[in-house]
Amino acid sequence: MLKETPFHPRTAALMEGQAWRRWAGYVVASSYELNHEREYHAVRSAAALFDVSPLYKYLIRGRDAARLLDRIVTRDVMKCKVGQVLYTPWCDARGKVIDDGTVSRLEETTFRMTAADPTMRWLHLNAAGLDVAIEDVSEKTAALSLQGPNARAILELASGQELAGVKYFRLTSGKIRGVPVTISRTGYTGDLGFEIWADAARSLAVWDALIEVGTPYGITPAGMLALDLARNEAGLLLIEVDYVSAHHALIEAQTSTPFELSLGWTVALDKNQFNGRDALIAEHARGPAWRFLGIEVDWDSLERLYADVGLPPKLPTTAWRASVPIYVGGMQVGYATSGCWSPLLKRYIALAHLEGSAGEAGTIVDMEVTVEHRRRRATATVRPLPFFNPDRKRA
Amino acid sequence: MTTAYDAIIIGAGHNGLVTAAYLARAGRRVLVLERRYRVGGAAVSEEIFPGFTFSVFSYVVSLLRPEIIRDLDLPRHGLEILPLESTVTPMENGDYLAGWGDPDKTRREIYRHSPRDAEAMIEFGRLMHHMAQAVKPIISMVPPDPTSLSPKDLLGLLRLGKRFRDLGPEKFHALYKLMTMSSADYLDEWYETDVLKATKSASGIIGTFLGPRSPGTAYVLLHHYMGEIDGSFRAWGFAKGGTGAISESIAGAARRFGAEIRTDAPVSKVLMKRGRALGVVLENGDELRARTVVSSLDPRQTFLSLVGDEALPDEFTADIKRYKFRGSSGKVNLALGELPNFTCLPGVGPHLRGAISISPSIAYLERAYDDAKYGAFSREPYMDVIIPSMIDPHMAPPGKHVMSIFVQYAPYHLNGGWTDERREAFGDTVIETLTRYAPNLKGAILHRQVITPADIEQITGLTEGNIFQGELALHQLFFLRPAPRWAKYRTPIRRLYQCGSGTHPGGGIMGASGRLAAFQILADGA
Repeated sequence: MLKETPFHPRTAALMEGQAWRRWAGYVVASSYELNHEREYHAVRSAAALFDVSPLYKYLIRGRDAARLLDRIVTRDVMKCKVGQVLYTPWCDARGKVIDDGTVSRLEETTFRMTAADPTMRWLHLNAAGLDVAIEDVSEKTAALSLQGPNARAILELASGQELAGVKYFRLTSGKIRGVPVTISRTGYTGDLGFEIWADAARSLAVWDALIEVGTPYGITPAGMLALDLARNEAGLLLIEVDYVSAHHALIEAQTSTPFELSLGWTVALDKNQFNGRDALIAEHARGPAWRFLGIEVDWDSLERLYADVGLPPKLPTTAWRASVPIYVGGMQVGYATSGCWSPLLKRYIALAHLEGSAGEAGTIVDMEVTVEHRRRRATATVRPLPFFNPDRKRA
Repeated sequence: MTTAYDAIIIGAGHNGLVTAAYLARAGRRVLVLERRYRVGGAAVSEEIFPGFTFSVFSYVVSLLRPEIIRDLDLPRHGLEILPLESTVTPMENGDYLAGWGDPDKTRREIYRHSPRDAEAMIEFGRLMHHMAQAVKPIISMVPPDPTSLSPKDLLGLLRLGKRFRDLGPEKFHALYKLMTMSSADYLDEWYETDVLKATKSASGIIGTFLGPRSPGTAYVLLHHYMGEIDGSFRAWGFAKGGTGAISESIAGAARRFGAEIRTDAPVSKVLMKRGRALGVVLENGDELRARTVVSSLDPRQTFLSLVGDEALPDEFTADIKRYKFRGSSGKVNLALGELPNFTCLPGVGPHLRGAISISPSIAYLERAYDDAKYGAFSREPYMDVIIPSMIDPHMAPPGKHVMSIFVQYAPYHLNGGWTDERREAFGDTVIETLTRYAPNLKGAILHRQVITPADIEQITGLTEGNIFQGELALHQLFFLRPAPRWAKYRTPIRRLYQCGSGTHPGGGIMGASGRLAAFQILADGA
């Protein structure tokens, strides 16, 4: 049996179509309603509540906690202030990305790290000679993500505290229904949103409080299908979908460096020694061979392909996760790894790895589309990421 | 004061704004003049009572053209269309009929009423899909004149002819029936469940002065399926912020392309010389000049009021005078302290996020029409109800709600005329009727706004309060809208164009008229 998250008693009661899926050994909702559309729109127009408890979470404490994390991740953890959260990848010695997640500085010498993959061993391997205690709190810590324009208003009511001062990628602590929580201004939707971290044993009260005060504000429990659309619009990477962890890759070609994933901004080359530094300095000097960018499929081109067989365009209303070739003038120049019809932007978007000169926004490419069992190519344009970046995300 | 523009658009309804945006996009210097204090025409959101925002008139997005959303990048200007998936029809026996967002759920629901109808629905849907696909190009084309021998007209007709021939005889015959029959008769051929037929046929009577048994109402059923062809593009639903948000997004796009929009700027006359438009005169006496003048007002307003019949050919004036408006619908907007509790589906549920249709039977709808035929508002009206705050919580203060009730029939030509008393009596009738299905409704009302066709006319300027700028009846469509030989957005006045819903294809918040008008203007080099 797969594990159930701390919120399962609530989420199970909402489930209309038994649409569960796996995430890190847990069952989580694909969508609670028969169709994920409303759950998606809650992210952009009201507030969606996601159960993100399956994330791997680690508490790193001790005099050298910052030094340990600084050795592992590419961001400069020594500069991370108390109450700050860093989004960051981490690499192996060759500068290849192992995973990406967040590092939160809860106190001067206490950090929480989230990861998509189990990271305990990697933390220990890197902790040699350091004064740190590493604790896997994955099961002990429940996590909710409240995302959307009404997220702040709901959370202020639930916690009884003002959150306007909690800037993007900052955190605060508080209480919801008497349960101590950490509230971080983070998420995986590219919208205004917060993640709420609480002791798993007492976390149901947090869910109940949010639903209760949030209902008049349109709070909507939402599943992974909705999240997947939002993260495509936000241009956010997903491990094992958009890139292969260096720990899982079987051949060199499957791996990526942060620069190849367009995560150059997270690489602090000028900081102290960290995993992959030498390789990344060298790569930075010569420039990455690949870039990770957006693709927007040209509507008229897609419509023509479908009109050829007498059909209206069929649009991917749930995000796909597959490798789809991208061409320039008949030559394959890359591949898209995620894509969807954006219900908000009314555009067919995708996330793609592009090689060499194709990795420039504005490049006209062709993307393979399957139209009535036949492989065709639709015209598309390379776009910068994110596709959707509302002011409220940071405001 | 005179300022020269390439084009002046009269009226900032959604079609006027669409024309403005397309002309500005093509590099024209465009000025839009709006009589009211805000843009939108009949697609406006207004905070009528503090904290409560109503889509005062038009309340859903039906068939806003996807190409307009794309061309003008309306999402970038704030357009967000939220799903409005279900339709629930409470029945007089306490039961209900529901159409849900999920096809399996809907099929099971219809099966509850009639196993036969549940199956018919699938076949019916496929046929309608094909016919909608054949007819759909019509809404994206400048209507060809069938009496003209110009190559362009012939080509247009040829293309249409080919489309219809490709349908094959079976579907062509069905299409012919659809274009000529009443919706009740047409649906009788497919279904046996009365409440199902009534609810489907209701879409055929909206905005017309016709009943479900009136010939010519069936084809409007197609409109629904035209929306479905666009399918996951989803150009229909509820606009976040109400329908005013649609207008605002188009205005935003127009401004981005460089158009100037002036509100509180009523136009009194089209300025003309020797049969050619030169500009407009504002009510304050200002004259504004432009190479081209485009009116988004309805044909009667445009020609009989802004132009004047002395400048027009008699035959044309006669056609415009004959063009039928006959507003037949009203609107009641409510601010509610609590959600309505429907007897047929008690409590808060997904049905409150969709439409509630008060259309229990064909006879009910036809009786509602009978009242109107003889100059009364329906004693038991047809109603299309939505609760916008359930879809977009920003429409009302937290925990409170707004309800939009589209009501038919409320004839413009009411016996004795519309007065304040009759407006309130009409509002009472609506509340009484709805309260029969949701008994707590009356007690939940904090404020109400009742809008009669006379109010629609007075506030928006729509003649006789017709929501489509003239009835969507077959004799007023396509190459006859608004008048024979003047269906191509041109008018007998040179350099004066029309772009409102009173031109092909008209109807709803589609924007197709405005877009096609802009194309015609640009093609004419005007």
